[in-house]
Amino acid sequence: MAEATANNVVLTAPAEKEILTTADGTPLKVSLQRALRREKTRALLLIAPLFLFILITFLMPIFDMLYRGVDNTVMPQYMSRTVQALGEWDPTGEEIPDEPIFEELFLDLKEGAENKTIGRVGKRLNYEKSGMSSLFRKSQRRVKKIEDPPYKEALIKMDKKWGDINTWRLIHRERGKYTMSYYLAGLDMRTDEHGSIRAQDEKRQIYVKLFGRTLWMSALITVICLILAYPISYLLSTLPLRTSNILIILVLLPFWTSLLVRTTSWIALLQQHGVINDLLVWLNVVSEDGRLSMIHNKTGTIIAMVHILLPFMVLPLYSVMKTIPPSYMRAARSLGANPFLAFVRVYMPNTVPGIGAGCILVFIISIGYYITPALVGGTDGTFISNFIAYHISTSLNWGLAAALAVYLLAIVLVLYILYDKVVGINNMKLG
Amino acid sequence: MKLKLTSVAAGLASGLLLAGTAQAVDLTVVSWGGAYTASQQKAYHEPYMKMNPDIKILNDDSASEGLAKLRAQVEAGNISWDLVDMVASAAITACDEGIVLEIDHDTMLAPAPDGTPASEDFGDMIVSECFIPQIVYSTTFGYRTDLVKTPPTSIADVFDLEKIPGKRSLEKASINNLEWALIADGVPPEEVYDVLETEEGVDRAFAKLDTIKDQVVWWVKGAVPTQLLADGEVVMASAYNGRLFSAIEEEKQPIGMMWDWQVFDLDGWVVPKGGKNEAEVLKYLKWATDTQRLADQAKFISYGPARKSSAPLVGKHADLGIEMGPHMPTAPENAKTTLLFNFEFWADRRDELDERFNAWLAQ
Repeated sequence: MAEATANNVVLTAPAEKEILTTADGTPLKVSLQRALRREKTRALLLIAPLFLFILITFLMPIFDMLYRGVDNTVMPQYMSRTVQALGEWDPTGEEIPDEPIFEELFLDLKEGAENKTIGRVGKRLNYEKSGMSSLFRKSQRRVKKIEDPPYKEALIKMDKKWGDINTWRLIHRERGKYTMSYYLAGLDMRTDEHGSIRAQDEKRQIYVKLFGRTLWMSALITVICLILAYPISYLLSTLPLRTSNILIILVLLPFWTSLLVRTTSWIALLQQHGVINDLLVWLNVVSEDGRLSMIHNKTGTIIAMVHILLPFMVLPLYSVMKTIPPSYMRAARSLGANPFLAFVRVYMPNTVPGIGAGCILVFIISIGYYITPALVGGTDGTFISNFIAYHISTSLNWGLAAALAVYLLAIVLVLYILYDKVVGINNMKLG
Repeated sequence: MKLKLTSVAAGLASGLLLAGTAQAVDLTVVSWGGAYTASQQKAYHEPYMKMNPDIKILNDDSASEGLAKLRAQVEAGNISWDLVDMVASAAITACDEGIVLEIDHDTMLAPAPDGTPASEDFGDMIVSECFIPQIVYSTTFGYRTDLVKTPPTSIADVFDLEKIPGKRSLEKASINNLEWALIADGVPPEEVYDVLETEEGVDRAFAKLDTIKDQVVWWVKGAVPTQLLADGEVVMASAYNGRLFSAIEEEKQPIGMMWDWQVFDLDGWVVPKGGKNEAEVLKYLKWATDTQRLADQAKFISYGPARKSSAPLVGKHADLGIEMGPHMPTAPENAKTTLLFNFEFWADRRDELDERFNAWLAQ
């Protein structure tokens, strides 16, 4: 391509006087562009399947997730009348809405009770304020019995929460198509009754701490992996091929074993009445009552995850070390460097691409790790991804799960950019 | 030529076979797996399939994520499940969201043998219009008979580290634990939910849990606590009574039961709205939830049938031959002190209290 443009420049230079043409009379420039375009189309068509695949299976779910974190369509959809009428109501005052708005509410409740959709509104608002779920369930059951206006009295008589101004402030605040509350909740913040954003009650703060713990433990796991993998990789790269091939299989064998099998074997090894503790008691290293708790806590998560992620560090390091000629070290030694200096000044800088690749792989995989912390993490060894899973499958608060996932994605992207700035992404070698 | 004929015949035969299977209906029934699904398989599915050869019942063991997966199926507009086993509180949520069928218990379910309509036979167990109760189960305590010096006799012992030292296992959720903590702290059981309504009450419950926090191994899946007991990892654990029964009677583990303030809860069926085989599944449901069938299930697992009329029919365990009556959570000697799970309270406060519980765990 570069060549083609270069030709172009040369050819078009004299074109001021006379336009060069091909055999069939079209200007050479046009003909050349056409040929190039054909090439480009062909290339595009070739990558089209992959592009579509990534678009459908990767990018679209991410955008769907981004959207879920702000999605609040339940409110305008199933409470359309009330939501519209509330636009004119002043939430800063101390007066609950008047009869016209209650009439709209009554109509919404009645329609929602018939279609069995009003429960979704209750479920949505219950995330903001406990008690909303039963308020709407009760209303669904009893709204059929209300026939005549005034609806305000009838509804408040049915449940006094309808007469509570904070119920109305909440509906007023969450009346739009979009909501900030999931993203705020993901940062341990909330909106209070008066609409100002403040920190969540201290007893309920959890996510910021968990993000911190996830980052900190992932960093620790990465460092331990590096410390363990560096000598192994060095040994593998310096041994003769036959021996190193056998050893490489020892690295890969656990890598090919099912993750669940490896994690549960750690449970069998590390638990209080497990192999290691039994051995220690038998050797009189610890007493029967002093058995070590090494699983269902941070220690368990770190041990199991280091084991699982070690190959991701060994392989890039090995592939980089393999390419460093042994003559470098010999040269350094012959020029007077002691072994340590030769290693630090000559060998190690050459392995930086491998260190970078291994660290970023291990760190990014571990930051989103789910199954191992879930099985062996107990309470203080769980990661943020365990809470995302919890909100997806147990609490069913998908909006919050989406918001947490987006924060996690953002952290990974920021770290990736930082890495690019500090080390440079081109300076990474995966194998 | 001969070869050709045989292949044609084979083709025809397989075509006929296909046509034959095309008429058969596959019902996908979602349940909890393990011993529980096995009890349903033996009491309901197998006899029903024998009676109706064109119906094939397929088991799916994802009930623990039933609500989440059902919701995902509804969102995707492709409902592949026909019947889902859920605990009552999940059924209430599913009903709120409008993703399961409303059931008219009297017309859609069989009456008791003496003609009592189903709604009366089930009575209070019908906690939601969409819910068809199946069993009463309880969350109670098991302890290692060989690892504790004095066996626990009351819920207060669970919180008493001096009387019974060692690790204990509790469910990693706010439900049950907060109630037990308050009762152990001296709150009269009938006032437990009133106390929990207040901020001070919740603080009090967490303060009580604080006293044993570092001695607790938290479980999520129902099979874990009995496993922890069997491994000797904990000396006592809260668990579903049926799981404890099979650990004690079937696996002969050295485990004892402590029934004090067991919490009763319900488990039953919901029918997803928009399922492909609605007519067939409702027919099956009417049969599988009649008096005899519910009593039959108790032959395979120690959960109490939800119908009043089934209780007298509960017999012996199908394999072990032991009388099942005394092992039911509802048996008089086991049910001296019981707490009924308050569905309304937890439907409102579960999100909030679980959040606080998780924050408390992370501290």
